[in-house]
Amino acid sequence: MAKIRGAIIIDRDRCKGCNLCVVACPLNLLALAEKEVNKKGYRFAQQTIENVCNGCASCAIVCPDGCITVYKKKEI
Amino acid sequence: MTDNEIIQPENLVYSKPKLLNDNPMHYCPGCSHGVVHKLVAEVIEEMGMEEKCVAISPVGCAVFAYNYIDVDWVEAAHGRAPALATAIKRLWPERLVFTYQGDGDLACIGTAETIHALNRGEHIAIIFINNAIYGMTGGQMAPTTLMGMKTATCPYGREADIHGYPLNITQIASTLEGTSYVTRQSVHSVAAIRKAKKAIRKAFENSLRGEGSSLVEIVSTCNAGWKMSPEKANQWMEENMFKSYPVGDLKDTTNLE
Ligand SMILES: Cc1ncc(C[n+]2csc(CCOP(=O)(O)OP(=O)(O)O)c2C)c(N)n1
Ligand code: SF4
Ligand code: SF4
Ligand code: SF4
Ligand SMILES: [Mg+2]
Repeated sequence: MAKIRGAIIIDRDRCKGCNLCVVACPLNLLALAEKEVNKKGYRFAQQTIENVCNGCASCAIVCPDGCITVYKKKEI
Repeated sequence: MTDNEIIQPENLVYSKPKLLNDNPMHYCPGCSHGVVHKLVAEVIEEMGMEEKCVAISPVGCAVFAYNYIDVDWVEAAHGRAPALATAIKRLWPERLVFTYQGDGDLACIGTAETIHALNRGEHIAIIFINNAIYGMTGGQMAPTTLMGMKTATCPYGREADIHGYPLNITQIASTLEGTSYVTRQSVHSVAAIRKAKKAIRKAFENSLRGEGSSLVEIVSTCNAGWKMSPEKANQWMEENMFKSYPVGDLKDTTNLE
């Protein structure tokens, strides 16, 4: 059966660390950086669990600053 | 399949709308204004109205909206956006003309302009960000502040005897003959954001058809003014704001999808 695979790119310097994408991801794949900040001084969002994103775009849709780009492809 | 194979232009499913430029927005982390800016930009782009749109920004946190969405803007004096929109739309009827206003701007100092523009049935759309507080100036009470809600100017909570009652201006708008589309939405979840986007699209289409005024209230958070995390502010909004400001259409005579 064809499986849908997703991948995201987070613009870490645009991110304000609001955590809304972290809460929105149904698979809990995101977290704010623990010990690092971006050039604005925010703990930026990052993907902490790899290879299971389904490309649902929930994280990107809720991001108030438009920091997340989402791609999706059918695995054959 | 590697991420690099997935991250290809043909597989793109979501990105920041192009019309929302790369200037960092000055809004606090997690502010609803950002989400609504994205929706407005997406809708204008999808309608192909980038070059045929005049937006009016308010006084309030959204005062600099013109720095972020690349259409033509006019910055109105506090509360006067619907008056400017009236003039622009009458002189330039084929333009998409909309205002973007907070609750202090629209429902306090600009109440007269709001009500009269809507009652005249001006063919404009109004996007109304109701976060129940004056965000920009440090979190003072607004006419829309909920009963019991604490702000900088009602630190013990809003009381009817001293402060009067929350003003439900969207409900008032729905009783005016000039309005044809009046709706209340929110942007706290993926589902809500999708509905809010449809509502903005409908309001913009309606203003182009010239069949009366549209008002889209977005029940919003001001996590800085409410002194909560963005996530907590969304929860607080669901639990408290929706009781006084329930989401849904209040009026729709447009026959649009
Ligand atoms: C004539 C005038 N009166 C008062 C002010 C101060 N002032 C600036 S923004 C604002 C209210 C903003 O609240 P709102 O419209 O709810 O926008 P928000 O920041 O919450 O998005 C006030 C009272 C002003 N700039 N001009
Ligand atoms: S696209 Fe969906 S699954 Fe992937 S990180 Fe974002 S919210 Fe999670
Ligand atoms: S929602 Fe956007 S701004 Fe907020 S933490 Fe996630 S990427 Fe950063
Ligand atoms: S003060 Fe409130 S409304 Fe203004 S940017 Fe901050 S969170 Fe948003
Ligand atoms: Mg406000």
